[in-house]
Amino acid sequence: MDPQAAKMIGAGLAAIGMGIAALGVGNVFAKFLEGALRNPGAADSQQGRLFIGFAGAELLGLLAFVTMIILVFVA
Amino acid sequence: MAAAEGGKIDPMHQFLIEPVLGRHWIVGGYDLSFTNSALWMVVTLASLWLFMLGGMKRELVPGRWQAAVEGFTGFVSSMLTSNIGPEGKRFIPYVFSLFMFILFANILGLLPFGIVPGVHPFTVTSHLTVTGVLAIISFAIVLIVGFGRHGFHFFSLFVPHGTPPLMIPLIFVVELMSFLVRPFSLGLRLFVAMTAGHILLKVLAAFVVNGINLGGGYIALVTLPSFLLMIGITLLELLVAAIQAYVFALLTSVYLNDAVNLH
Repeated sequence: MDPQAAKMIGAGLAAIGMGIAALGVGNVFAKFLEGALRNPGAADSQQGRLFIGFAGAELLGLLAFVTMIILVFVA
Repeated sequence: MAAAEGGKIDPMHQFLIEPVLGRHWIVGGYDLSFTNSALWMVVTLASLWLFMLGGMKRELVPGRWQAAVEGFTGFVSSMLTSNIGPEGKRFIPYVFSLFMFILFANILGLLPFGIVPGVHPFTVTSHLTVTGVLAIISFAIVLIVGFGRHGFHFFSLFVPHGTPPLMIPLIFVVELMSFLVRPFSLGLRLFVAMTAGHILLKVLAAFVVNGINLGGGYIALVTLPSFLLMIGITLLELLVAAIQAYVFALLTSVYLNDAVNLH
């Protein structure tokens, strides 16, 4: 396969990772809301943990983006 | 939009660091010229300084401006006390400066200064060199506080309570790796979130301009949907700008908690 074509295909495959990270971020907020609506009194104190979980899930999607950018512009 | 010249989309041009007024100043082989990145850092600092100056009148009944500034300081101070405890008060100056600098840099990079001829907005936080240095400063403070308070006992951070003795070598290595990767993930997250958002906005802007240039049915088919999408994405990016500043400050305070209290 032409290396340039392989690079572009790899970059496209890396984009799948961002979609899956979207599922992860959605899951973080969905589960938080599920718990928060059952016990609204405890929800506010857990906001920090919500965003730590969000940051972790988001980072993995951003790493897919970095892989894509490196394949297209650097490699 | 310079990105759409000749119908070719070049979303990476906005991240180019170049000297202001186009003059290089080279000292001993190093380019020390005053770049657009440095200029926008100065703009960020100046607007932050103005914002704080307007709200530090210490009136008994705060006006709107003072209430805004006190809202930010109260937000950071409650974040630190809830994560670190009463000792978190010592870190308020650092975490507050970090949060406000990142927030102002993110938002100033999004504002549409480009409609003024000759002005090119630049997002300082869209470069790994800037966010990486911020992350390294945070990590260095964690190391200094941790080793200063606990000495070599700080290494007990890597062996959680109740670890079976057999597992200690493995857990130590895993925890050490997760500790060492923190500055990279901290800097990378902010840099990539900003870069990705600005690329997306520039691509959509190029769609709008190219659709208008082609005329006819392209305006209804391409320009209008892209423009509506762009408004939505811009609002989303404003949210991301605030969330990323918050996440950076929050993770810094969580890491500081490890250094202050171990666990």
